[in-house]
Amino acid sequence: MHGRVTTATPRANRTREDTGFDAAAFGRTIWQVGQAVLVFAVLGFLIWRGAQSMDYSWQWYRVEPFFFREIDGEIIWGPLVRGLMETLRLAGIAGVIAILIGFVAAFARLSDSIAGRIVSKVYLEAIRNTPLLVQLFLFYFVLAPIFGIDRFWAGVLCLAFFEGSFAAEIIRGGITAVDKGQYEGADAIGLTAVDKYRFIIVPQSLPLILPPLTGLLISLIKHSAIVSVIAVSELTTAGLNLIADTFMAFEVWFLVAGIYLSVTITLSILVSMFEHSLNKGKR
Amino acid sequence: MLDASVRPLVEITGMCKWYGQFSALHDINMTVNEGEKVVVCGPSGSGKSTMIRCINQLEAHQKGTIMVDGIEVTPDMRNIAEIRREVGMVFQSFNLFPHMTILDNLILGPMRNRGVSKKDATDLAMHYLERVHIAQQAGKYPPQLSGGQQQRVAIARSLCMKPKLMLFDEPTSALDPEMIAGVLDVMIELAEEGMTMICVTHEMGFARKVADRVVFMDEGEIIEVAGPEEFFGNPQSDRAQLFLSQLLGH
Repeated sequence: MHGRVTTATPRANRTREDTGFDAAAFGRTIWQVGQAVLVFAVLGFLIWRGAQSMDYSWQWYRVEPFFFREIDGEIIWGPLVRGLMETLRLAGIAGVIAILIGFVAAFARLSDSIAGRIVSKVYLEAIRNTPLLVQLFLFYFVLAPIFGIDRFWAGVLCLAFFEGSFAAEIIRGGITAVDKGQYEGADAIGLTAVDKYRFIIVPQSLPLILPPLTGLLISLIKHSAIVSVIAVSELTTAGLNLIADTFMAFEVWFLVAGIYLSVTITLSILVSMFEHSLNKGKR
Repeated sequence: MLDASVRPLVEITGMCKWYGQFSALHDINMTVNEGEKVVVCGPSGSGKSTMIRCINQLEAHQKGTIMVDGIEVTPDMRNIAEIRREVGMVFQSFNLFPHMTILDNLILGPMRNRGVSKKDATDLAMHYLERVHIAQQAGKYPPQLSGGQQQRVAIARSLCMKPKLMLFDEPTSALDPEMIAGVLDVMIELAEEGMTMICVTHEMGFARKVADRVVFMDEGEIIEVAGPEEFFGNPQSDRAQLFLSQLLGH
């Protein structure tokens, strides 16, 4: 072998061998699908049997007006749809404010200013170490009367400050994850601190920040259910009212959960598509 | 020795730096005249990089003075901005901005700091990209380029700021062997055009060709200063002899 010289086969001429149909892998897929079907069938059966044994009389035929009614060719939206719209409005506004708070708190925490660091640290610890429900009561019973805000905005601000503390940590993490060399590169060409963050650091931390931040917005939609305790007329409140009127507790809670689930799952799918396209853009 | 045309561009006097209790630099004295090329070498941890990073204040020194082009370097932000406009720096790890095209990497500094219009900045950038032989790649992103090409872009990016002084911090240490020559050629061309340069490097061929002086550092101190032929041929200090024997030993 010693002293042997070979000519390389050109890459284009090297073909990958076709291994044909992988029966074992196909078998594994079938088994996984079968397993999933079995699990859901058992769960569904248990719920049905449980309700049966309680003599619960299902009245699914009555639920359509919860969504909409058609009167004289005009569609009147039912309480669940109106509740969902209010939930989305609440979560949307709170989400925007939460992200703003997050950026401010993250930069305050990263700044040289002692006051800024203390304020943001106290904010984060206070929010993360007290129950959301207690914060809501503080906003509604203490801050709202002082500042003269209504229950909707008390709910929005409470959720915004709550999620803002998580947003701040996500944003801070994204910014500190940018390589130290990028700061030095920006410094070496003499960029000002503002330009450095605007052109170099923040654009590079966005791909790290955006996916968890959109995840945060999804959990914001779920957390928004809590404002039903101060009677903001969102989806969960609509559900409570319907049950008080109709006593159809099982149907209504299944519907409410189903609506939350379909909204959050849709958003999750959008986020993962978005994440995918972000990664594709990366070279 | 008193020549009216020789003007000191960098004057470092009695500079010291500590990291906590650890003395990183001790009593550094060095003058670099306009047009001079100085190569700094020494074992790792000897403070070479730290010294040149103090010149544009990527690191702050604690004692002594650094004068760049007649301005004293102080930790004041406005002063630092002024110094950094005059001093270009090339890093071991390039530090190009990966989310911007090559062209955008080059025009950002002149546009934001020197108030150059986009068109003029683009002309300037293309001029320097041509000089480092990668004008065809202007629309690409840094990660699409080889290491050697990225380092040449980094040199062009510094040159776009029209610096009076260029600092090189081990510019070829992170490169594959076949990439080094292209970068050194660009540096040699730059030296021949009269750029003032301080280079931390162990490339002896480069040092022999362009250096006016070689500064040898060890344990945070300047141990020996000599012309390249004398230094590599007949080092005076024990530590320089040891260092060179290790460098050439295999």
